[in-house]
Amino acid sequence: MLMKLIPVFKGVDFFPHDLRLPFMKFKGPALAASIILMLISIGLCMTLGLNYGVDFKGGSLVELKTKSGNADMSALREKLNGLGLGSVQIQEFGSPDDVLVRLEEQPGGEAAQQEALKKVTAATENDYVQRRVEVVGPAVSSELRMTGFIAVAAGILAIVAYVWFRFEWQFALGAVIALSHDVLVTAGIFSLFRIEFDLSTVAALLTILGYSVNDTVVVSDRIRENLRKFKKMELNELLNLSINETLSRTILTGVTAVAVLISLYIFGGEVIRSFNLAMLLGVLIGTYSSIFIAAPLLGYLGVKRDWSEAAAKMLSSSTAAKTSAKAKV
Amino acid sequence: MLQFTRTKVFFILLTCLAGLLVALPNMFSKETVAKWPWWVPHHQLTLGLDLQGGAHLLLAMDQDEIKKDWLNNLRDESRKVLRDAKIGFTGVGIQGSQLVIKLAKPDERAQAIKELNKVRQQIGNAVMGTGGYDVDVSEGNDPGTIIVKPSDAGLRARIANAASASIETINRRVNNLGTSESTIVRQGTDRILIQFPGLQDTKDLKALIGETAKLTFHEVNTSMSADDAKQSGIPTGFKVYPSEREAGGPSEYLLREQPVVQGEDLADAQPGFDSRTNEPVINFRFNQVGARKFANFTKDNVGKPFAIVLDDKVLSAPVIREPILGGSGQISGSFTVESSNRLAVQLRSGSLPTKLTIVEERTVGPSLGADSIADGKLAGLIGGIAVVILTVLAYGTFGIFACVGLLVHLVLTVALMTLIGSTLTLPGIAGLVLGVAMAVDANVLIYERIREELRAGRSPVASIDTGFQRAFITIADSQLTTLACAIIMFWLGSGPIRGFAVTLTIGILTSIFASVTVVRMLIWFWLRAQPKGRIQTVPV
Repeated sequence: MLMKLIPVFKGVDFFPHDLRLPFMKFKGPALAASIILMLISIGLCMTLGLNYGVDFKGGSLVELKTKSGNADMSALREKLNGLGLGSVQIQEFGSPDDVLVRLEEQPGGEAAQQEALKKVTAATENDYVQRRVEVVGPAVSSELRMTGFIAVAAGILAIVAYVWFRFEWQFALGAVIALSHDVLVTAGIFSLFRIEFDLSTVAALLTILGYSVNDTVVVSDRIRENLRKFKKMELNELLNLSINETLSRTILTGVTAVAVLISLYIFGGEVIRSFNLAMLLGVLIGTYSSIFIAAPLLGYLGVKRDWSEAAAKMLSSSTAAKTSAKAKV
Repeated sequence: MLQFTRTKVFFILLTCLAGLLVALPNMFSKETVAKWPWWVPHHQLTLGLDLQGGAHLLLAMDQDEIKKDWLNNLRDESRKVLRDAKIGFTGVGIQGSQLVIKLAKPDERAQAIKELNKVRQQIGNAVMGTGGYDVDVSEGNDPGTIIVKPSDAGLRARIANAASASIETINRRVNNLGTSESTIVRQGTDRILIQFPGLQDTKDLKALIGETAKLTFHEVNTSMSADDAKQSGIPTGFKVYPSEREAGGPSEYLLREQPVVQGEDLADAQPGFDSRTNEPVINFRFNQVGARKFANFTKDNVGKPFAIVLDDKVLSAPVIREPILGGSGQISGSFTVESSNRLAVQLRSGSLPTKLTIVEERTVGPSLGADSIADGKLAGLIGGIAVVILTVLAYGTFGIFACVGLLVHLVLTVALMTLIGSTLTLPGIAGLVLGVAMAVDANVLIYERIREELRAGRSPVASIDTGFQRAFITIADSQLTTLACAIIMFWLGSGPIRGFAVTLTIGILTSIFASVTVVRMLIWFWLRAQPKGRIQTVPV
């Protein structure tokens, strides 16, 4: 009876379903562009380098809030630069009474970092309250860099292993290239625009991996299904059909994710802003890579066309369930 | 296949209800929850230090120092063993990471090794059996030499012991700060992690753990000054100690290296004031053993000075005017009230086995943490509203069901996290968001599939049925792939990445139940409520 209270109405099916966009026509240029983008990103990371945050570079970060009024940036700059702590970076953080101070890693090992922090505290404690302090010594920063790198690489490997197990090696290869593309291009953008790259960025990269592989798997699943359904269809045409059929879900899920991320970016606070930026970029890049890299690559690599036995074995239980369901209906 | 049996519905609803009950305390403040009756769950999700505010300090023990101390001990012990066995030796020296002993008579080597084996200690435990000895005693290359070398397993055991001793000492010291509960755990081989929720100013904490606070009482060599000793050679058994705190006195002292009494023999230490000068001092009392040793020493050395040494620096060197038999005394040394208080705490808590260096510090003030939570709530709310609007707009009535599924997903995720006692951090919230995105995606996949089946000309019920069936394969594949990724991240990642992986894993597990099972059940309810044979359209 509760169900009677719920209004019955149809949703807006905004998507023209008979639309067949010729994605596969662009597979050559798209792949070439992607490869060039990846190479540029690698080049940027090698020459410009990544703008590592305190986590990966070592050093200190202190967020200060004035006890009253707005921060006097130039006075603060003068004071902190006079401490002899190398180059001190000072920037406004979110609001005019909030300042972010960054110190380079001080020469002289672990204890020197703490000494530097003491000096900064002594110089600022009259006018400012410390909201956040992060001090990362040389030993820990190199470890964090290592574990961050390993986590991303291992994440990709785990995904590839699963895709290989569930699909075919061509799908796994497509996935690994698409995922590497996502990670590399995001890193390239971070390098180009000097956006700080720290532990939370690594978390963002991992999230992007998760999102992108989700997209890739959805398309791959449809390709596998269509391979079974249309045994004679030309491969490129079949790939194109699969991308088009899943396009409405790709767009709708993408729009929802972007909506949430924009809300997080605007209202989520200064601390997670760079994280959200990475995520926003990543969702767009990830969606692109599933459509323009993972699937088109199959056109070049070719796939096994005869799925009848292997597929029957692998999915025997669910197909059996399906047929019995049909019988009932 | 759409049918749900009564039992199934019962268990699904029971799961949702249980989840709601477990997640409920998180909606309220600690004070409110404390007033609830006993049968309602009270447990709340622990917030990470980045959200709650607090201090996180990672300390590293000095492995080299542990090794050096050990070698020094081994040297003293070996000398004693050989002396007791009346085996002559010309030298016992530390070379790199081993001890080299030169015997006076090379043919006594076999006997000497037998004696030196006494300094070895067995390592291992009752479960694993014995793992050999902590020290290897072997013949050196040159005749008449013996090598005493700490084994790797022995060193590991030493470091492990030092770590647990450090943790105990830090615990005792930190308890004196009197604030809320802290966690102190060993991390890796030689690191100690201190997490202190709610602590904003780490200055006191750092000062408290920054010193080993090894207190010793030494005999002063009165026949020779430290400067003379440096020029003419330091007599055996003595060592030059710098003096720091006392003004006016000599800058260095020549002291017997073997202390008369050590900090372990202290029964109590309290800050106080000198009755004459009104300077801050520390009043201490020895235990029985210490008192006896100190009494004997002062009896024999009336009129001579003795030195009070803290962390290898001389605090003061008063002259013994009369034998101190009561076992209590006073330490002065240009203290401030603050430093005497701190030292008293450190002395009462015992010394640290080795110096600890801070290798990582992260402190978040409570105001920033509260801001992060408030921002997160607002952003989450607005993001949530956006998701609801988009879903309902795109899928109508079924969109409403999907939103209910999302709500169940969130509640169950929070409930599971509360149950397993995991900590919610900022990266954890990111994991939560990805989990929500995957849950939304599951519904999008299902509904798009249903529409496709409808377009292919199937009947409404059949479309819904096949939609769920077909989409489920895709959903399972994509969720399992992400799960594989999350598990690897948990396994390999460090702190923040782990927090992310945990929430993501839980999010994936609950999204299959919430976005597939619960939504399918709602749709089945809806179908059942429709008049028979009159389902013309599917509100999707």
